[in-house]
Amino acid sequence: MTKVPVQLTLNGEERAEFIDSGTTLLRLLRDKMGDFTLKAGCLQGTCGTCTVLVDGEPRLACLTLAEDCAAKAVETVAGLSGNGSLHPLQQAFLDNFAAQCGFCTPGMLMAAKVLLEANPHPSRADVVEALAGNICRCTGYEPIIQAVLSVSRGSAPRAASGERA
Amino acid sequence: MMEIRKTYFADERSDNGLKEVGQSRQRSDVPGHIRGMTPFYADRQIPGLLHIRMVRSPYHHARILAIDVSAAERHPGVKRVITAKDVPHNVYTILNLIGIGPEDEPVLAFDKVRWLGEPIVAIVAASERSAYEAAALVRVDYEELPAVFDMEEALKPGAPLVNEYHGQNNYRYDSGECRKVRLGDVEEGFRGAEFILEQRYDSSPIEHAPTETTGCVVVPGQNNRLTCYTGTQAVFFTLDNASIILNVPGQHLHFVGGTAGGGFGGKVDCIVEPIALLAAMLTGRPVAFIYNRYEEMQISSPRAAERIYIKDGVMKDGRIVARQVRCYVDAGAYSRHSPYGAQKSAAHFPGPYTIPHVSIDSYCVYTNRTPSSAMRGFGVTIGDFALEVQMDKLARMIGMDPLEFRFVNAYRDGDMKAHHQVTEGAALIECMQEASILANWPVDPRYLQMSSRQGRG
Repeated sequence: MTKVPVQLTLNGEERAEFIDSGTTLLRLLRDKMGDFTLKAGCLQGTCGTCTVLVDGEPRLACLTLAEDCAAKAVETVAGLSGNGSLHPLQQAFLDNFAAQCGFCTPGMLMAAKVLLEANPHPSRADVVEALAGNICRCTGYEPIIQAVLSVSRGSAPRAASGERA
Repeated sequence: MMEIRKTYFADERSDNGLKEVGQSRQRSDVPGHIRGMTPFYADRQIPGLLHIRMVRSPYHHARILAIDVSAAERHPGVKRVITAKDVPHNVYTILNLIGIGPEDEPVLAFDKVRWLGEPIVAIVAASERSAYEAAALVRVDYEELPAVFDMEEALKPGAPLVNEYHGQNNYRYDSGECRKVRLGDVEEGFRGAEFILEQRYDSSPIEHAPTETTGCVVVPGQNNRLTCYTGTQAVFFTLDNASIILNVPGQHLHFVGGTAGGGFGGKVDCIVEPIALLAAMLTGRPVAFIYNRYEEMQISSPRAAERIYIKDGVMKDGRIVARQVRCYVDAGAYSRHSPYGAQKSAAHFPGPYTIPHVSIDSYCVYTNRTPSSAMRGFGVTIGDFALEVQMDKLARMIGMDPLEFRFVNAYRDGDMKAHHQVTEGAALIECMQEASILANWPVDPRYLQMSSRQGRG
C-alpha cells in the first residue's frame, strides 16, 4: 500500500510520519505517535471517547482521515496539563468525582474545553448539549456536568481535597 | 450527599473508631484518568502486533459438515489460521474452577454451532484489514438444524436438544431439574387466602455496552512466558481457565489487568484471552484480539432473559399468606455463569417478606440464543423487578397503600425465612421509615413506630 507523509503539530510539537493512505487520525495518534490519551470506543463515530481538537475544533479521531490533518494543530488530553499543573477542567473532574472507569474522560475533557473556550459561562443546558456526543456508561453524567459548571463559576470544588501526591 | 444515619440501632453500633467509612475520599486511580494516562489493555505501542478476526456462525443451530481454510491461509498478511484442533483443551466451562460442570462450551466450534455468532475459525494476520479479508475467505459447510428460542418451548418433550453435554435443555442441579425452596404448604396457603393473584413477568437480554470493548493484547516473552494485557474483571479466574484450555502451567501466564473501561459484569467470561494466547504461542508474535462494537453488542454475553411466574395468596388485612414462584433463566447455548445466576434467583425469592407458605422453582434453561452470563446482580435484579411490581399490584388489588402493604409484610428479627433461616439483623422497616419521610410518602403513624427488632409474635 502507498505510504504518504503526514506532518502536523501535536500539542504544539512538530510531528511527522509515513502512513498508509486512508489511515485515521486515531490510528496515527495512537499506533504511530504513541499518544494513547484518546481512546478507541466504537470506531464508528458514536461514543465520543476519541474526541480531539483539530485547529481548535472538536473532531472524532476515528472518523477523521490523518491526511486531512496535514499542517494542522492537533490537541489531545496529553497537552492539557503543562509543567505538572493541571488544566482547570482536569482539577474540576478530580475534585467532583467526575471519572469512574476513566475511559470516556479524555473525550469529555476535550469536548468541555471547546465549550468553555467559546462560552466561558455556559448554562447547564449548554453543558449538556456540548457533551451530548460523549457516552459515559458508568452513568457519571451528573458529576461531569457539575465539574464543567464548577470551572465556569470558578467556584470552590465540592470536595475539599486536592490531588494527592 | 451521603449521610450515615446513626440514630438507628445506636446501641449496637461500634463504629466510633472508624476513620474512612463515612468520609468522602478521592479515588486512587482518578489522577491517571484525568490525564488520560490510565493504561487500558490496548494502550501500548507494540511493534509487530498481529490481529485476530473470528469467523462466526451465521446460523442459530447447525451441524458443521466441513471447514475449508485454504484460501484464507494463502491470503497476503495471514500468519496463522486456528481451528478447534489447534486448541489443546477445547471444551471447557468457566465455573469448572469451583466444581460446577459439565464442560459444555468449545473455544472454537467443531461439530455443531449452537448460537448465531459462535466462533469457529480464528484468523491471525499482520493487519486488521488482512484479517477481515481472510475471514471472509473461510468456507464452512453447514446443515441447518431446528432452533429453539423460548425457554418453556425448550423444556417441552421433543424440543431440539441445544447442548449435548447436558443431555437436556436445563442445567441439572443436585436438587434436580431446578433449584427449589419450600416452606410450609403453598397449596394450603392458597386455600386459606382471601385473594389470589398470578402474573407473568418477562425480561429481554441486556447488553452492558462498556465504552471499552472486550479484548486483550498478548506479548510473548522469555522462558515460554506470555504477558496478557486484558480488560477482564476476573484476572485470576481468566488466568486459571486459560491455563486449563491451553494446557500450560499457570506460571507461564502473566496477566496484567484489573483496569476495565467499563465492565458491569460483562468482562468476567474467559473468551478472548485463550485464543489470543494460543495465537501468540503458535506465531511467536504479539497478538491483539479486540472486539469491535458489533461484537460487543451481539457476541459478548448479555444479562440473561428471564421469565417469572408469581402466584400470591393475600388477606384483606394485607398479609401475604402464600407465594409460589417459577423462574426461568435463559443461559443461551452454554452455561458460563448462568447456573449460578439461576441459583441466586432461588436464594433471593420470595423477597424480603415474611410469608408462611412458599414454593420456589428456578430453572437454568439452554436455548439457541447468545450465551448469557454475569451482569450487576444477575439472577436477582430481574426477580426484584417482578416481585416489587407484583407487590404494587397486590396492594392495589386489596385497596391498600403500597408502602404500608410492605410494612405489613417486611421481615423482622425472629421471623422464619423461606430458606429455613431465622431472620437476624433486619433493617428493612427502618429503611422504609426513612424513605417514607424523605420521599414525602406519608404512612399511618403505627408503621413509623414499628421496629425490625420486634417480630410479628
